[in-house]
Amino acid sequence: MSSSSVLYDAPGPRARRRAAVSGAIATLVVLMLMGLVVKRLADQGQFAGNLWDPILDPSDESFPLVWRLIGQGVLATLTAAVLAITFSLVIGGVVGVARMMLGSRQRMPIVGLIELLRGLPVVITIYFASRVLPELGVDLSGMPGGAGLWFLVIGLTAYNCVIIAEIIRAGVSSLPGGQREAALAVGLTPGATMRLVLLPQAVRVMLPALISQLVVILKDTSLAAVLGLYTELLRQGNLIALNLKNPIQILSVVAVIFILINYSLSRLATWAEQRSVRKAQSKRIKRVPGEFG
Amino acid sequence: MDAITQNLDLFWSGFLRSLTLCLWGAVGSLIVGTIIAICRVAPVAPLRTFGTAWVTIIRNCPLTVVLFMFAFGLPEIGVNADYFAFGLAALIIYTSAFVCEGLRSGINSVSAGQAEAARAIGLTFTQSLTQIVLPQAFRTSIPPVGSVIIAMMKNSAVVGAFGVGRDLFSVSESLTSAQGYAALPVLTGVALGYLLITLPAGLGLGVLERRVAIAR
Repeated sequence: MSSSSVLYDAPGPRARRRAAVSGAIATLVVLMLMGLVVKRLADQGQFAGNLWDPILDPSDESFPLVWRLIGQGVLATLTAAVLAITFSLVIGGVVGVARMMLGSRQRMPIVGLIELLRGLPVVITIYFASRVLPELGVDLSGMPGGAGLWFLVIGLTAYNCVIIAEIIRAGVSSLPGGQREAALAVGLTPGATMRLVLLPQAVRVMLPALISQLVVILKDTSLAAVLGLYTELLRQGNLIALNLKNPIQILSVVAVIFILINYSLSRLATWAEQRSVRKAQSKRIKRVPGEFG
Repeated sequence: MDAITQNLDLFWSGFLRSLTLCLWGAVGSLIVGTIIAICRVAPVAPLRTFGTAWVTIIRNCPLTVVLFMFAFGLPEIGVNADYFAFGLAALIIYTSAFVCEGLRSGINSVSAGQAEAARAIGLTFTQSLTQIVLPQAFRTSIPPVGSVIIAMMKNSAVVGAFGVGRDLFSVSESLTSAQGYAALPVLTGVALGYLLITLPAGLGLGVLERRVAIAR
């Protein structure tokens, strides 16, 4: 079913009247709920100038500092996300290709590793990295950006590289079997078949799933705030809120920034998906479902 | 391995606490998610707008931000509860958006002929939705919604890390930080606890999928 409008008829005069009435009622209910929230916020003085001025009023003494700190937070979040995404893509690509190219006996340890890491909460892998690595004598404090950043990146990479490996595998296995057979038949080695024939086609199919996984990685960088590892956007916001005593206002700003970044990435994924659906319809290639985080 | 064997009862109670969080979270997010999904396909435009806004905002906002909003924002406007309630509420709200999208993909996969036939024999919107479309949609939705629920179980660790107290994550923190146990064995125990929740859930999901699978 392509659109939800199949669920109901093209409305006639009576149905249209009914729709108008129920639409008005629904609008009223939604507005009333929003009104209740706003009233509650107003009653508790949450719209008071002293809470919003540091964010909205350029003449406020804290304004430049607040926005500079938020800017640093955004930069820190993006740094962690870009590092984690790069490592996850590279390692995930290697793991995914290794799983597909090894024999059934040799790939057992890889399959085991993938299943183990997929079953763990990502917050645990990050916590693991931050606690176990120092215990094992790995000293990351000399790395650029501080040890916290690298614990976060290592934890995120450990979890997401296996997810990306699985996305790549699903992408390759969604290709028609004849592609691989034909490539081998014309004398390409298995490695060349993968590199020259299968992966380039699979990337197109799995692009939407890959992009949505990147959104997940970006969102997961904020786990560092819960663990107190690394001062990214959320932790930065929380520190500001502790000083200015305006958590609702600062957290709203943080939420809006996250939503804006992720929404643009999601739009990119939708665009890639529509492109791949068009291609898939002409080539009959199955799409790869995304993962949720 | 002393860290695990000596504190087995602590791990067990932490495991039960995490399981409770997962179960309530699953029930709550399925209910809220279904309501939002119905809003998203409703013939009433304002409800559709509400559903779309809900999903867009919450899907793009990290769980941690939702959690911070609940735990630090709500007390500011005079809503007070313990962290368990705040954590559970944040988990449900966050997961509901993904459940809604899973259900909606199921509704979209029901072939148009089914809904058209339902309309042709004179069923109303509510009737065709509840008797024809949703029963089929639920079956198709089981794989996506199931993986959302399993992901939610893993996300419950975030709520634990935030300080719900006495769940698996808090156990690991108190053992390694306060009581000075080595981190590796303790965290191995915690990891096993989560695998004990997610792996059977995954297997159960597989069984359920095969049971209700329909040939199309």
